[in-house]
Amino acid sequence: MTKEILSVQNVKASYGAIEALHGIDLVVNEGEIVVVLGANGAGKTTTLRAICNMLSTSGTVMLDGEDISKTDTASIVAKGVAHVPQGRGTFAALTVRENMEVGAYTRNDDEVEADIDMWFEKYPVLGERQKQAAGSLSGGEQQMLAVARAAMSRPRLMLLDEPSLGLAPLIIEDLFRTFAQINKEQGTSMLVVEQNANLALEIADRGYLIETGLITGSGTADELRNDPAVQAAYLGA
Amino acid sequence: MQLLIQRIFDGFSDGAVYASVAVALVLIFKATTLINFAQGEMAMFGAFFAYIFAVQSGWLEFLGNTYLIIWTAAIIAMVLSALLGATIERTLTRPFDPEDHLPVVLITLGLFLGINAIAGIIWNYQARVMPSMFPNSSKDKITVFGARLFYDTIGTILTLGVVLYILFLILNKTKMGLAFRAVSANVESARLVGVQTGRVLSFGWALASAFGALGAVIVAPRITLQPGMMGAIVIYAFASAAVGGLDSVGGAALGGVIIGLTKSLGNGYLGNWHFGFEEPPLNFLPATPLLIPVVLMLVVLWYRPSGLYGTKRIERV
Repeated sequence: MTKEILSVQNVKASYGAIEALHGIDLVVNEGEIVVVLGANGAGKTTTLRAICNMLSTSGTVMLDGEDISKTDTASIVAKGVAHVPQGRGTFAALTVRENMEVGAYTRNDDEVEADIDMWFEKYPVLGERQKQAAGSLSGGEQQMLAVARAAMSRPRLMLLDEPSLGLAPLIIEDLFRTFAQINKEQGTSMLVVEQNANLALEIADRGYLIETGLITGSGTADELRNDPAVQAAYLGA
Repeated sequence: MQLLIQRIFDGFSDGAVYASVAVALVLIFKATTLINFAQGEMAMFGAFFAYIFAVQSGWLEFLGNTYLIIWTAAIIAMVLSALLGATIERTLTRPFDPEDHLPVVLITLGLFLGINAIAGIIWNYQARVMPSMFPNSSKDKITVFGARLFYDTIGTILTLGVVLYILFLILNKTKMGLAFRAVSANVESARLVGVQTGRVLSFGWALASAFGALGAVIVAPRITLQPGMMGAIVIYAFASAAVGGLDSVGGAALGGVIIGLTKSLGNGYLGNWHFGFEEPPLNFLPATPLLIPVVLMLVVLWYRPSGLYGTKRIERV
């Protein structure tokens, strides 16, 4: 029996008078990587922001069976959700190392330093630049930092908002390999929002299609990959 | 030569006070990207807190020693000011959209007038003598190359130096300090790593208010204690913060010293310069050197819009 770590039920969200989500339902099971595919403006980012209660919503968001739709963002993070926002969201004025330290803000154990060193070993580029301001890193390095920083909170669920945006293909591949690795080694569940369907479906277990604020399809990664509509819209087939 | 050294000492002495208020401005700017126009008045209120404990009430008389009394009162005033600052943040600024600066700036302007008026109602506008935290009679001095270096000046610089260092430790070595800098760098990302941003903003206001209050307690004995005491000082503090960089604590402290020195030297050398006339040709001209710090600020901002040590807004995407 699989256990739902995240369950989004009939979530609607609006920016002022404009409703961006018209009632979204989706589920992430424990240990799964779930991808949400959609075009620009379909509501992908809004969905992730709604899960973290960063804008006013209606509907229910359940984390591990607990309703978090009225919980404030910082407390949701403390419950084990890490959100890597679009555009990285690194602290440009802080050093790379400080970014990592603040990523562990919700933790109170004494393994923070060890975790940072572990990541710097994994990404030597970050280690070499740990005293540099994060704003001086390249786009790819900033995305690595954003992911590593999110992982520093030892989340049970990671929300990744278009991690491939604006990155070179080789870097994207590397990044997705890291996601798969974090997922496998630490059992972190992931909800990835992407336009780059190829790579996302490669590491994902399941996926959803989102169009103009509505879920229009779902299935296992294989089903989606072989779906002619998906192929036409996202895989360039 | 003797006069030059004298003016440099005076510049440091004033500059240290500008620095303390400038650092307070910078702390709030870093947290909220807002200029708190009420900073000077809040600091003045803090000086009155110290006055109540040290003089008016006699509550601290059991301590005996006058310096022990005023130092204790100063610390109490810093704590009370911190609470006042945090309360103002929580009640008057937080309910407003942080993206929209105008309402909050207007609120701080309103606070500027309001706090001044409240102080006037409570303590009236007459000047009071405030005991100094340092020996400050005319013979409490040492002589350096013929110039008088007062203990008051030494004490002011040392005290603010120590407090600045403590502030540096708080910002760079504590978890709250890290959270503060994270919020300052990117509020939304700070929330996404689990920082309770509201608490951090209150912390920033509290820290700033305590810092400003200390500056006011130190300067009050020189210029007497009264509700309008911070008027000129806060203008120079703004100039200091702008010169040093509005988001740099160290820059603001340095800016304070630079403005203090410019004012002291400018006033000293040009204050009696009558443009060749026997008497000042126009009444305002003797005051012209007081504008020199403002001119300096304009020049610095012209060449470095973010100040000497401010962060230049360059980000790679």
